[in-house]
Amino acid sequence: MHDAAAVHDDSKGQYFWVWGALLVLTAVEVVLAYKQVFQAARMLEILMILSIIKSALIIGYFMHLKFEKALMRWMLVISVTACFIIMYFFFFPDADRVQPPPNGVGVGVNS
Amino acid sequence: MADATLQHNAVAHGASGEFEAPLFGAYSKKVGMWLFLASDSLTFGALLFAFSYNRIYTNPWPTPFHAESIANATVMTACLLSSSLTMVLGVFAAQRGDRAWTRNWLLATMIFGTAFIVLHGMEWSKLIGEGLSIPGFFTALGVAKPAGTGEMAEISKNVPQFPQAFFGLTAMHMLHVTIGVIYLGVVAFRKWFLPVLAVIWIAGALMIPADNVFHYPVHALGLGLVIAAIILFLKPKVYDAHDVEICGLYWHFVDLVWMFIFPLVYLMSTKIT
Repeated sequence: MHDAAAVHDDSKGQYFWVWGALLVLTAVEVVLAYKQVFQAARMLEILMILSIIKSALIIGYFMHLKFEKALMRWMLVISVTACFIIMYFFFFPDADRVQPPPNGVGVGVNS
Repeated sequence: MADATLQHNAVAHGASGEFEAPLFGAYSKKVGMWLFLASDSLTFGALLFAFSYNRIYTNPWPTPFHAESIANATVMTACLLSSSLTMVLGVFAAQRGDRAWTRNWLLATMIFGTAFIVLHGMEWSKLIGEGLSIPGFFTALGVAKPAGTGEMAEISKNVPQFPQAFFGLTAMHMLHVTIGVIYLGVVAFRKWFLPVLAVIWIAGALMIPADNVFHYPVHALGLGLVIAAIILFLKPKVYDAHDVEICGLYWHFVDLVWMFIFPLVYLMSTKIT
């Protein structure tokens, strides 16, 4: 087994803390959705920030990337993040540009 | 230690100096899995961006998930998060050479994963029963479309982007979870898992009615059975701590993807009354 795993084998407790933090963050998300205190755009921002924090905890601790060699860590994070940023600029300006279609009026849709 | 292990192996095989030290300081299987996960994250990234595109483009957007659906999805999320914890404990057990507890923790992870699939399947069946469907899907299958008349049927009729994006994204994730459970079963139980998988597949194929949306997808288990059998035939070894760690990486990734699907698909389409 690699160095990192051996070094962190004795700190099992931190994984329970991470698990607890993930459950608490999920509960916060659900409460925000139930209360609906924010407008849709602000709600999306907050939920995405919470999701990024949760994914960082999962990648860093559960997937052990925090304990891998810096070269591997940064190469993976930077390459995938760069692709997502490109996707963002590819998709979203177009989504905003297109006029809303005349459908969607009916039961069960937001106004 | 990975470097040291590789160097030790090179010396043991009389090949000292002939191999470069690993670039990432990790064994090749782990780097391979990380590269696969990086590419798979782009697949899910594209699907999530496509979902978000539809969300912005389609105005007004349906909000069909009531308290019951959100409660169900929250329990599903808790199942996946808990499965990640049991997976980590399984990796620790494998690293200390405790095969019995490795198997136990992997089994616990599989149970959480299966619970997720079952809950998700029930949610799908409920939505489809209420009339939520992809246009042309049931016609293509040659079965009668559920005669939903309420909110879901209206959404399918007026905003077909919603069921298309919802089922497309969640089906892809459910497929990954199913593959993950089979992967864990092979690593934990090796050839003993194959008859269990075969029984589940055959029982599913016989018991799921023809008009159910899972009637055909259940055969993915049969495909998984064939692939698992080929892998076990080619590599009939006892899987070591490295293999457990690698399958753990895959499992955590499945959990990670859900952390974006849950808020984006469910929480952003909530109607609590």
